[in-house]
Amino acid sequence: MIIEHIDAQLPGAITDRHDFRGDQTIVIARENLLPLVDMIHREGFQLLVDITAVDWPEREARFDVVYHWLNLASQERLRVKVPVAEGEAVPSLTSRFKTADWFEREVFDLFGIRFEGHPNLKRLLLWEDFPGHALRKDFPLDGGDPFCMEGVTAPYNDGERARG
Amino acid sequence: MTMESIALTQQQSDGDHMIVNFGPSHPTTHGTLRIVLELEGETIVKATPEIGYLHRGVEKLGESLSYQQFIPLTDRLNYCSSIMNNVGYACAVEKLLGIEVPKRGQQIRVLVSELARIADHIVCVGVNAVDIGAFTAFLYLFKQRETVYDLFELAAGQRMHTSFTRIGGLFRDIPDEFVPLTERFLVECGEAVDECERLLTHNPIWHDRTKGVGAISAEDAVNWGYTGPCLRAAGVPQDLRKAQPYLGYETYDFDIPVGTTGDVFDRYLVRIEEMRQSLRIIRQVLDRLEPGPVTVDDPKVALPPKEKVYTRMESLIHHFKLIMHGMEMPVGEVYSATEAANGELGFYLVSDGGKNPYRIRVRPPCLPIFSSFEDQVKGGLIADAVAVLGAMNIIAGELDR
Repeated sequence: MIIEHIDAQLPGAITDRHDFRGDQTIVIARENLLPLVDMIHREGFQLLVDITAVDWPEREARFDVVYHWLNLASQERLRVKVPVAEGEAVPSLTSRFKTADWFEREVFDLFGIRFEGHPNLKRLLLWEDFPGHALRKDFPLDGGDPFCMEGVTAPYNDGERARG
Repeated sequence: MTMESIALTQQQSDGDHMIVNFGPSHPTTHGTLRIVLELEGETIVKATPEIGYLHRGVEKLGESLSYQQFIPLTDRLNYCSSIMNNVGYACAVEKLLGIEVPKRGQQIRVLVSELARIADHIVCVGVNAVDIGAFTAFLYLFKQRETVYDLFELAAGQRMHTSFTRIGGLFRDIPDEFVPLTERFLVECGEAVDECERLLTHNPIWHDRTKGVGAISAEDAVNWGYTGPCLRAAGVPQDLRKAQPYLGYETYDFDIPVGTTGDVFDRYLVRIEEMRQSLRIIRQVLDRLEPGPVTVDDPKVALPPKEKVYTRMESLIHHFKLIMHGMEMPVGEVYSATEAANGELGFYLVSDGGKNPYRIRVRPPCLPIFSSFEDQVKGGLIADAVAVLGAMNIIAGELDR
């Protein structure tokens, strides 16, 4: 139902949609994110449940930033996906949803996606000089260097990656 | 990480303010998290939380494990009620597969989830009371928590890291003595909750320490992404068991307690009442428990019984195929949420049809709640920070993943 409203109020914003196991998903471009958020917030989607991302390294727009909203009145859920390429920034939702603060920091930490307008975009879970972004598909599962320090190689493995 | 990168040091501040490092291993952080407090006298001017001390990379690990293998990792999310994480995760994968668990399996899942909810609330209320200085309530309640863990041990063979569910059902049926022992627990736990209430609810010292501390409006709570008891204490009657029922919760008779101010006292009252409502649900489950299978009879999803593997060719093949190649997963993405003790526990699964999930995301209920910590304690006293932290029920295993 919300998707028809979005189509009526922001024509052409939805570039793709699907409905799998009852989960409504729409894909929109990042320029349309803020108008969409304003609109669905008015429609009652006031609980921003989650922000995360998915890495598709072989795609041109490498990441999908995935938002989940819940409408507390109608109990409707909406998933919004915003494709972004490496180096592109997504508008931050911190001005509208306070909960976006830490979620966006986490996505920045683990995927390296920047959020434009975030007041304090620092790593959340890992430490500041951690090399790389752990949830990218090209980040090794074992963390690479055992000490995770750039430029420092462990003496016992000649700089090769430790086997997990 | 250096101190300077998180917050001001003593030298950098103007001298009137004092920097207090709260955590990472402080008795009232209950897990490893750190808060750098900037104080003016005893008033908190600034609070900068730093998390990640228990970050294990659960989501990254999940991408290299099969759907079944991820279950033990869910134990370690909210380790105070690990069985609920097992149930939540299994529900998510079952949603992706589009299968439904047999009736008895669902009932037992509800039964153990509610037991876990009680155990989790006991930890939160009891430990919150200890932190504030009321030690006795903790002792009365923790005896009941021990009983819950004994019941889990009986059902799953493990007290804390239960790994009780399997995709499509349960690890095994509950043993015969489980039901009479739970009946006894219902009586004893009811009495213990009453006893705890007699100690705390009308206690003037408890009132002084909790009323008005950490108060939050309903709009702010929603905006901060609160779910669970903390949201309900602020006056929003949102409970997924009623709002978006799963596992047949719509057939049980129970109420959702709601607070008004969202302060520590209301959160305490909501949790006490939720324990009573959980006891009600457990009573109903015990009354309607009927014999039957607990796991789906689908060899493409659930392992066949061991005796069949040893005696029948097809079962042996199914066993081999499931272990070596995993389940046949559809391509797609699902988000499935259950009402955990702390709030909405969500699992977002992206499948590319492979044996392992392409992406597995855990939406922890306490991360958004904890992100509001500075907002909650700013302007308050340092002693109140302890009360607020306890009432938020932050579980570092789930917060950091």
